[in-house]
Amino acid sequence: MKFVDEFRDPEMIRKAAEEIRRLANPARQYRLMEVCGGHTHAIYRFGLKDVLPANVELIHGPGCPVCVLPMGRIDDGLSMAGRSDVILTAFGDMMRVPGTQGSPLQHKAQGRDVRIVYSPMDALKVARANPDKHVVFFAIGFETTAPSTALTVMRARAQGIRNFSVFCNHVTIVPAIRAILDSPDMRLDGFVGPGHVSTVIGCRPYEWIASDAGKPIVVSGFEPLDILQGIVMLLRQLERGEARVENQYGRAVPWVGNRAALTAMAEVFELRPYFEWRGMGFISQSALRIKDSYGDWDAEPASTSPACASPIRRRRSAARC
Amino acid sequence: MCLAIPGKIVEILPGEYLSAIVEVVGVRRRVELGLIEDEHPAPGDWVLIHVGFAMSKISEQDAIDQMRMLALLGEDDAAMEEVRGYSQ
Repeated sequence: MKFVDEFRDPEMIRKAAEEIRRLANPARQYRLMEVCGGHTHAIYRFGLKDVLPANVELIHGPGCPVCVLPMGRIDDGLSMAGRSDVILTAFGDMMRVPGTQGSPLQHKAQGRDVRIVYSPMDALKVARANPDKHVVFFAIGFETTAPSTALTVMRARAQGIRNFSVFCNHVTIVPAIRAILDSPDMRLDGFVGPGHVSTVIGCRPYEWIASDAGKPIVVSGFEPLDILQGIVMLLRQLERGEARVENQYGRAVPWVGNRAALTAMAEVFELRPYFEWRGMGFISQSALRIKDSYGDWDAEPASTSPACASPIRRRRSAARC
Repeated sequence: MCLAIPGKIVEILPGEYLSAIVEVVGVRRRVELGLIEDEHPAPGDWVLIHVGFAMSKISEQDAIDQMRMLALLGEDDAAMEEVRGYSQ
């Protein structure tokens, strides 16, 4: 418990840690997955594994949008930057992520026009400022980020900005959880549910995890006390033989999510039939693409044919597709 | 981009789309409010910001706790770099 004294409410942290030790049946091994990469980061940084008894194990989930992006998608995005009339914009997190032909930063070093933006709306601003260029925004992220991209695309259409498009790599968290539960070699007892994703989607999309898969899930905040309290709530359910969705992070997560954000996503995006996740393979209905009604702002030409999966291939052999 | 940044609404900007000047530790930038229109944001409100968009209204205490947590996580510099990177 090396960092405990630096935390807010160290006494509460100690109490939560004691409660975890009291609840954990020594005859049993608990395997709990924290879905969100933000939680994984906090668990490492705060040394929370040292606080937990040896039989309460935290398994890291798929919830980092950069880590799950396969190299092929990075290659496809970077191939767009190969055109002299294209400015490729991406979040800073993407810049050092390697594709098979190098990272966005390496492409920038080679003279391609690759720019960091901190908001999709700023990518749109780059398009407004460069009417003689086409600006592609390399969109990544879970449901936390997808609504911002959706509003930006809606703004581009409303303002008639035609030299802007989105290379959409938004993924959805629930199908990834389903894929994990379906995998035969993965035994899990419960989930620490994602915090910021749930501010958008709320808690209802997790109900099947409890009702169908019979696993408890507790949506939790990111502070050490939040994560430990989430684990306490999971262990309490497991002790009673229950499987419910609970919300530890009520101060930021409404049960029904964010209506405006969900509406914007539904307006602009539809589910892809399948999408590749790095390290997990293809997962059905696990990612978003831009609807045909917004096709003019989609950097990938509309096509459902798997043979046309790569925008490079499509560009080169559009006739065959 | 993964952890939300707390900020205080200083001024609602005029225009067709709801946006505001938001202050984060002394840095003022434009933040989109379209995702929290239903919460009727106003000057003085605290919000959680993600990629230039306010995601939810929070209390002042939650904002202070969130900033403290970003510092404990070693993410406060990255958070301020993100905020400074938003257009003005």
